[in-house]
Amino acid sequence: MDVGETSDGELVALCRAGDERAWAMLVERYSRYVYAIAVQGFRLPEPDAEDIFQDAFARAFERLDALRDDDAFRPWLAQMTRRLCIDSCRRRRDEGEEPEVEVEDPSGELDRLDEALAVREGLTRLSGDCREILDRFFAQDESYRTIGEALQLPAGTIASRISRCLGHLRAELEGRKAVVLES
Amino acid sequence: MPITEYTEERVAELLRALPPAPAGWVAAAAELPRARAELDRIVELATADADFRLALIEDLEAALRSAGFAADRRRVVELQRRLAL
Repeated sequence: MDVGETSDGELVALCRAGDERAWAMLVERYSRYVYAIAVQGFRLPEPDAEDIFQDAFARAFERLDALRDDDAFRPWLAQMTRRLCIDSCRRRRDEGEEPEVEVEDPSGELDRLDEALAVREGLTRLSGDCREILDRFFAQDESYRTIGEALQLPAGTIASRISRCLGHLRAELEGRKAVVLES
Repeated sequence: MPITEYTEERVAELLRALPPAPAGWVAAAAELPRARAELDRIVELATADADFRLALIEDLEAALRSAGFAADRRRVVELQRRLAL
């Protein structure tokens, strides 16, 4: 099963049938997102974020049967995560700790995370080589030289590979944007 | 969601916006189906075996360990809830 090619709806259906690997793929797909909602969206400290991370996935797992549209797993998980974060912020406020973000409106940051997830998803639809080179260069800030050594390519080739792969990623994202605009 | 032009800088910024979650958290969440199944088995055992239930009531963590189960915090909290301890 290819993580990039299997839809959320297909994975959810497999999870309901008891496929543990499908669940692990869903967790892998959304782990960065759930983590970022807690830590960046709501600026929660790591111990609270860990509880929310585990609770969000535990609730999702327990309530999969209540999900009406299998393809709506992402917004459903995001909503559960946000609710857990809001509860956590309120608890912290009630206990005298001021949350760093207004409880009701981290929406600008959450929109940015949604967009970041779309870019990540676009990345998973590229070839393995492109995925790796773009992730190393843009997300991990590795130099041409480091990437070249890791991938056994001349450093001079890396720039053109990045440019080509970025073009593929843009095409993926532009295609997605076109669908959004049409709908 | 805003419609953005994906310049090189924008792609870089968005790729950096989602750092990986700690590996241990991801592994624990991925193992939920197995962990839930094991919890169900512990609850079944506690229902069927009065001695085991008593041991759980006396010292939950020690009883779990001596029966060969892991006794991490989340499991202990969940069992306390499910067994109404």
